[in-house]
Amino acid sequence: MDAKELIARRVAREIRAGMLVNLGIGLPSLVANYVPQSLGVFFQAENGVIGLGARPPEGMENLGLTDAGGGFVSAVPGAASIDSAMSFGLIRGGHLDMTVLGGLQVDEAGRLANWKVPGKMVPGMGGAMDLVTGAARVVVAMQHSARGESKVVKSCDLPLTSLRRVDLVVTELAALKPTEEGLVLLERAPGVSLKEIRDATEADLLIPGEVPEMELA
Amino acid sequence: MKGAMTPQAAAELIPDGASLMIGGFMAVGSPERMIDALVARRLRDLTLICNDAAMPGKGVGKLISAGAVRRVIASHIGLNPEMQAKMISGEIDCELVPQGTLVERIRAGGMGLGGVLTPTGLGTEVEEGKRIIEVEGKRFLLETPLKADFSLISAWQADYVGNLSYLLTAHNFNPVMALAGKTVIAEPESIVPVGVIPPDAVKTPGVLVHHLLVRAGR
Repeated sequence: MDAKELIARRVAREIRAGMLVNLGIGLPSLVANYVPQSLGVFFQAENGVIGLGARPPEGMENLGLTDAGGGFVSAVPGAASIDSAMSFGLIRGGHLDMTVLGGLQVDEAGRLANWKVPGKMVPGMGGAMDLVTGAARVVVAMQHSARGESKVVKSCDLPLTSLRRVDLVVTELAALKPTEEGLVLLERAPGVSLKEIRDATEADLLIPGEVPEMELA
Repeated sequence: MKGAMTPQAAAELIPDGASLMIGGFMAVGSPERMIDALVARRLRDLTLICNDAAMPGKGVGKLISAGAVRRVIASHIGLNPEMQAKMISGEIDCELVPQGTLVERIRAGGMGLGGVLTPTGLGTEVEEGKRIIEVEGKRFLLETPLKADFSLISAWQADYVGNLSYLLTAHNFNPVMALAGKTVIAEPESIVPVGVIPPDAVKTPGVLVHHLLVRAGR
């Protein structure tokens, strides 16, 4: 199992029956693969659909039905199409139960940076700032390090997405819960030691007496 | 509503330096024939208000590639490398706005509001230079309304009086922008007799629409 699959399978366990969930493009979108249809979860795509479905059969794509990454999708029974004002009203107004986003950095205060690397990458924030500010739960799904540098840092030096403290961070090494006191090491990935996690993490972690291995969907 | 016209005739209404709201999300739900006619007219110094910069060769990306644009107000430009290069070189001024804030600023412009108060962007770069207003113990950013000289709308069906309906994820910014342009030009997939779009399915009432584009190929 590669890092991305492991992260997606752990995040999938956060999703409960009947939730409205927004998955970011890239790694977060993989989470849908591990959520059983029987849970009756509605996935929102911020470009305007509640009840995102799988890619349609070859040749049956509709130019007017895509996800927020521009990929062709279908819709599940009970789906609704909405305009951008309604879509972001759901997000900012607290009607979205959970969002799963990628990250560039998360810090000890639980703050996320994920939209800009000054001088290198300025794609724009898209919907990320609204999602992090407004969703009832914010889960960050990201690899623990990039180019040998920890993405779990003492204090974000990249521009913040929001002052909001995110609710959970899942990497291929650990699940971390940001709290008022700091980042609590909630779970270890299967077969990963505490030392490996500490060595790979710039931030100081709060480590309880027992840190169980994570369970995967 | 003043009847249906060709994209070329509609483009003639738009001068250099105009501000344009153009619907679409990564070019889904963008008025492509209208955009092609604007490119052919070799306009300059346009201001675009749109969700994103699309991709080269698609949607508003075609206007950016053509050098028609001086200023962009959008939430995302990451999929258009030409836009990024023109922003870095200074050819295009770019204001990046959180997507939910962008749509609400347009809504405020179209609905006669003096702005919106949003928590999105507090404590980030987006806050810089903006007023913070406290309401019932919570802090908000004051975001100002947006209007434009023209709104260029893509719709699914239009009827003879300009009532519009939209398809699936091709709604996006279109219904909101239809209120915020001084002149509203809609490019429907098809035009149908009055009554084919049931009143409850009308998302943009025809009273907002000034011009419709004729069907493709006519």
